[in-house]
Amino acid sequence: MTWLTWRQFRTQAATLYLAVAAVAVVVLVTGPRLHDLAKSGANLFDNLTKSDQALFFAGVILVAAAPAIIGAFWGAPLVARELEHGTHRLVWNQSVTRTRWLATKLGLTTLGAAAAVGLLTWAVTWWSSPLDGTLSQSRGNLPGRLTPVSFAMRGLVPVGYAVFAVVLGATLGIILRRSLPAMAITLAVFAFVQVAVPLWVRPHLIAPATVTLTFSEKALDSISGSPSGGPDRIELNTANHGDWILTNRTVNAAGQATALPAWLGDCLPGPRQPAPSTPTTQQAPDITACLDRLNAEGYRQRIVYQPVDRFWPLQFAETGLFLVMSGLLGGLCFWWTRKRLS
Amino acid sequence: MTAVLEARGLGKRYRRRWALQDCTLEIPAGHVTGLVGPNGAGKTTLLSLAVGLLAPTAGTIEVCGGVPAGGAEQLAKVGFVAQDTPTYANLSIEDHLRLGAHLNPRWDRSIAQTRIERLGLDPTQRAGKLSGGQRAQLALTLGLAKRPELLILDEPVASLDPLARREFLQVLMEAVAEHDVSVLLSSHVVSDLERVCDHLVVLVDSEVRVEGEVESLLATHHRLTGPRRETDSLPADQHLVSASHTDRQSTLVVRTEAPILDPAWTVTRLGLEDLVLAYMEVPSADTRRNGDARKPALEVLR
Repeated sequence: MTWLTWRQFRTQAATLYLAVAAVAVVVLVTGPRLHDLAKSGANLFDNLTKSDQALFFAGVILVAAAPAIIGAFWGAPLVARELEHGTHRLVWNQSVTRTRWLATKLGLTTLGAAAAVGLLTWAVTWWSSPLDGTLSQSRGNLPGRLTPVSFAMRGLVPVGYAVFAVVLGATLGIILRRSLPAMAITLAVFAFVQVAVPLWVRPHLIAPATVTLTFSEKALDSISGSPSGGPDRIELNTANHGDWILTNRTVNAAGQATALPAWLGDCLPGPRQPAPSTPTTQQAPDITACLDRLNAEGYRQRIVYQPVDRFWPLQFAETGLFLVMSGLLGGLCFWWTRKRLS
Repeated sequence: MTAVLEARGLGKRYRRRWALQDCTLEIPAGHVTGLVGPNGAGKTTLLSLAVGLLAPTAGTIEVCGGVPAGGAEQLAKVGFVAQDTPTYANLSIEDHLRLGAHLNPRWDRSIAQTRIERLGLDPTQRAGKLSGGQRAQLALTLGLAKRPELLILDEPVASLDPLARREFLQVLMEAVAEHDVSVLLSSHVVSDLERVCDHLVVLVDSEVRVEGEVESLLATHHRLTGPRRETDSLPADQHLVSASHTDRQSTLVVRTEAPILDPAWTVTRLGLEDLVLAYMEVPSADTRRNGDARKPALEVLR
């Protein structure tokens, strides 16, 4: 059975592994310079070229797309193609049970996908590691590896995604019995999962931490005004730049979430004032005074966040979650193949 | 005599429609059994049940003493050439043989290779490039080299031209003689079966109408022609199969072990095709009134 799986699968496998090798070449050519730059002590972000930044985001997109593509092109047709061409009637009548047939086929394909995505992620993670979360001295930054932009494209999680995508594709192919619709639905469902998990699932994989901060200019991230000129919201940074901030709310003395006091609007360079031709140094004392007044009136900032040192625990938790979902879908595959397919 | 296939009250329902109903059947070992019936009679359903591609809705079926597709050992006992003889289009003939060798413990390499050689096929050719006849031969080779106890073929020649049809059946017969395997094959063309079968099952409207050895079937069925008369006046030992009447004449097909003594009848023997056709006619009031309103339930090819 291993031989047949390999025979049916080798062209696709070769294609994918060649693509991974091509990515590895790009990584090896462009990567060492970034690692040297990071070691040199200069501000890395300010020394990045446009193409470095483009490559950074290309890496993110590549690792995000790879499991989806593999799921659609390997997983969905895995059984559906046999059903479409009627070849299941040939292969199910050799001296191999359906269960063993599916176990070998699905198992080897999933392994192949997991290994390919694992290698790809490893290369991209190494390439990106100096760049993740770098800050400019003046303005600008790259997303940290705990942020939703990068988290599922680093470390171990993409392997879990790849396993899930292949099993999802195979399951849909078995249920729908047609490759093309199964491929389309695999892509749609997987894209939904990629959006839904960081929004609703990942923040709760480990109970997030909460911190209540006093206002200070050092911690201030931004103050924004509403269009009417009043103050809208104020956001602070946690002590560690790499933390993944989930909510950033101002609370009153009683600890309840509240709107900002109206007087704070006077601290804003709002539309009432002419465009600030004066340098910001003139406004700095104003802001410090405003923040002190906020503190004195009992306002605090409550931040719910995942600390930066939870990167690996969260990686393991999310990978585990996807492996469990894959296991459940895999069980459905076997059950459906034994009981419902004929 | 041992049975290679034993069905009791076997039925298969798709949603509301019964594709096969209350089928009780015993097919003895060592025969080439033809399963004949019009399109949609349930032949494919019965064969799919026999190889375990389908699970029965009602009743039981045992093939070679086991539940169809009940395990690897059971699968090894039964060979199957599915309808339209599916093969992997982008795998070569050689790959197919290797597939068979990898997936079947009893695989006989020499059978496979001799047969491909004898057919004059190029082993490196992809199955997708083969003609329908060659593809059927490849599927048959896979089925035979597996060394099954029972080889089941579902309409193996339906899509072949008359020459390829004849060749295929000839090869099948040679192989059966050579390898001592029981065969169950279905067709809606009686003339195909006439050439190769010594046992027959007629399936109409998802029910088994008649089954038995071809010779004894032919010996016990008679066509009676004579002056018009009502069919209920037949002797008790004559089982009426079909009847047609014109204004003055009656033509009956009856099954009986005993000789026919009534001098009013002209008795003729039936060919296999006529015999099968007689069973396919539903003996309804309609067909009794209009003797010539025979619907061509069966395709007749020579």
